[in-house]
Amino acid sequence: MLGLKKKDATLLLIVIGLTMFAPFILNPFPDGSAMAQFNAGYPDLMQRFVIFGIFAIGFNILFGLTGYLSFGHAAFLGIGSYSAVWMFKLLSMNVIPAILLAMVMSGLFALLIGFISLRRSGIYFSILTLAFAQMMFALAYSVLTPITGGETGLQLALDDPRVLGASQTAGGNIPVPGLFGMEMRNSFDLAISSWVFTFNVGYYFCALILIAAFYLAIRIFRSPFGMMLRAIKSNQTRLNYTGLNPRPYTLAAFVISGMYAGLAGGLMASMDPLAGAERMFWTASGEVVLMTILGGAGTLIGPVLGAGMIKYMENIISKINSDILHSWFAFLPDGLEDFIVAIVYPFIGKGWHLTLGIIFMLVVIFLPGGLVEGGQRIAKWLKRGKTEDTKPGKSTEPAE
Amino acid sequence: MSKTNLTRRGVLKSGAVAGAGVALPTIFTASSAAAYTNEPTGSSVTLGFNVPQTGPYADEGADELRAYELAVEHLNGGGDGGMMNTFSSKALKGNGILGKKVEYVTGDTQTKSDAARASAKSMIEKDGAVMITGGSSSGVAVAVQALCQEAGVIFMAGLTHSNDTTGKDKRANGFRHFFNSYMSGAALAPILAANYGTDRKAYHLTADYNWGYTTEEAVKTSTEAMGWETVAAVRTPLTQTDFSSYIAPVLQSGADVLVLNHYGGNMVNSLTNAVQFGLRDKLVNNKNFEIVVPLYSRLMARGAGANVKGIYGSTNWHWSLQDEGTKAFVKSFGTKYGFPPSQAAHTTYVQALLYADACERAGTFNPCGVAEALEGFEFDGMGNGKTLYRAEDHQCFKDVLVVRGKENPTSEFDLLEIVEVTPVDQVTYDASIFGGDLGTCNPGA
Repeated sequence: MLGLKKKDATLLLIVIGLTMFAPFILNPFPDGSAMAQFNAGYPDLMQRFVIFGIFAIGFNILFGLTGYLSFGHAAFLGIGSYSAVWMFKLLSMNVIPAILLAMVMSGLFALLIGFISLRRSGIYFSILTLAFAQMMFALAYSVLTPITGGETGLQLALDDPRVLGASQTAGGNIPVPGLFGMEMRNSFDLAISSWVFTFNVGYYFCALILIAAFYLAIRIFRSPFGMMLRAIKSNQTRLNYTGLNPRPYTLAAFVISGMYAGLAGGLMASMDPLAGAERMFWTASGEVVLMTILGGAGTLIGPVLGAGMIKYMENIISKINSDILHSWFAFLPDGLEDFIVAIVYPFIGKGWHLTLGIIFMLVVIFLPGGLVEGGQRIAKWLKRGKTEDTKPGKSTEPAE
Repeated sequence: MSKTNLTRRGVLKSGAVAGAGVALPTIFTASSAAAYTNEPTGSSVTLGFNVPQTGPYADEGADELRAYELAVEHLNGGGDGGMMNTFSSKALKGNGILGKKVEYVTGDTQTKSDAARASAKSMIEKDGAVMITGGSSSGVAVAVQALCQEAGVIFMAGLTHSNDTTGKDKRANGFRHFFNSYMSGAALAPILAANYGTDRKAYHLTADYNWGYTTEEAVKTSTEAMGWETVAAVRTPLTQTDFSSYIAPVLQSGADVLVLNHYGGNMVNSLTNAVQFGLRDKLVNNKNFEIVVPLYSRLMARGAGANVKGIYGSTNWHWSLQDEGTKAFVKSFGTKYGFPPSQAAHTTYVQALLYADACERAGTFNPCGVAEALEGFEFDGMGNGKTLYRAEDHQCFKDVLVVRGKENPTSEFDLLEIVEVTPVDQVTYDASIFGGDLGTCNPGA
């Protein structure tokens, strides 16, 4: 199918299935029940899942294939967001030109930064990209305030020109981003007994782009170009001795990866028309590294899973406060209840970083191939339970 | 004999069709019935408290959350009622808002615009919050305010001091009780002139971001109007922790006053550096060298320790005020938590009560109705004397406190003393001077 081998086609179908039915999958608990706290099927979070999925897929093309660890990838995310918001301010609220400009601008910056940074490899490359990203963050935060809005972030205003659209709606409000009249924030609720499923235009728009981005990533992974990138990762010196210059390949991978980040940034701005400098801060760059490693660097679906996992923790676990905990354990005797709440409390709410850190450590120590390796082990274990003489499947190699 | 052909697939198919058919009517009722975003239909109403729980302002955020919890308790009729007893409007009865029990959800802004918006969005989309409040940075407040405008819910700003929140970036669905940079400048200038004379030369160190700029501008304008001269205004990076390289040139410049437009940790470090350099013992132009901090908070004063003694600044509110509202609030906050509230706690508590009261008076949770009830609303008994929610920019106008670091503090909460309560007329400005446009209220849905 579409030039894919059967295994890859299955993977693509799985991704299509997961994204299309996400509103159902992410809302397993009925509305109003105690477990509804863990539902993640609301538009904003679903959009974040797929947008950060795209970001991580792009990052994985660089890190998973060439082994070059960019520690400044958030810069491209930020550039994409700023470009998209400027498009909304100047041209129109249609998301297509905004996303295109976001990709072009981030591609150009990636070309420049990559050209300089890729002269070094290993830790020096990481530090160079980190330095560039921090430089761009500092510029966006203060020096370039007229272009970036500084600390407040770049926002839409009622008096923006928007030459191809209206400056304001008939009601005197700022128009919202849309695709030829379809507003990104529109959604409709499907209520089946006590379950409520929300279908959001913006989410499905992002999901379609994620599928396209995922398909492109599969093609890159399986292409001769992808093979070349793997060769660079496994032994660059040997590649040099065979008379090949690896730099054009790494630069191409860097630019592609930067454009993926720009696409994600553009989508973020399309879902929520605001671009802030924090998007380029080094912690944001670190986050995508975590997502990729958590999910499984060098695998196709790993980064998407990692992105989903981290965003879920950030948005769901961080919102559980002590009152909710008390209501969960209310059936216990008072002293015991307080004791259990006191033990659990540091790991939820504002302590979600702690939980994430523990999970990350466990994954890195016991599952070096990330969540994907976990899945493979479970699958293997299940298979072994059925037939004794299955030969071991191909396991995932850790990235570094 | 009829042929039924009952296959598994067929049963599933017809089941799915039947299910869709059952679901169909509810599709249409679900989205079209609500008159505005998150109209509360049950016996309770959900408010969203979006405060920094991690990051540089986590202390302020924790105090805000305490105040919100206290406000919810009072609104639902628990506790001693706090400021509800001294509030000039008597619409609140202690039975929730419009008879609906008040429930709340919390979120972490991380003092980042993105995270704050994500958190606010999840409160609106997932938890059905009808109002969002909180924040302790102007960047976050402006970002969340714009989001609430889009989504069609009310935003009651927390600790945000930049002129932009109700100036350049004001929105019809957003309201701010806290004072701003302009008011700080206008309140401070006469006190500075009275204590330090009118022929001073000022040197500004300004945090290099939006709030720093508006504060520098405000202090500069109002002190220059008193006859002061501004020698230089130097921007310092927000992440700076050691300010010695910025302090050294101050003495060479011939300036005799240093204005620190810094907040939080920045201010703690720059003030400590300045005092360690012995600036305050110097005589320049035959005058004692002085330091001024335009925006004070108790948490900053605690961080800077003994260095704040005798240094002037402004605050929105202080727990040592002696009016009835303040006394009632400090009493119920102190009873519940064991220490006096900060100005962040005060402003958020008041905002929650003002919102609830506006709903009661409007008779609805509809943002447009609530906004109308708040616009031009005059009230008293909330700790700042007579206060007006101005309709033109949704900014509260009230007295501003000029404070000074106490020479002999008696406890870690008693670090500031009130020098003067600047009357509201002196800090009122024309609504149009900062530009921006409110737009029209958006009820969403």
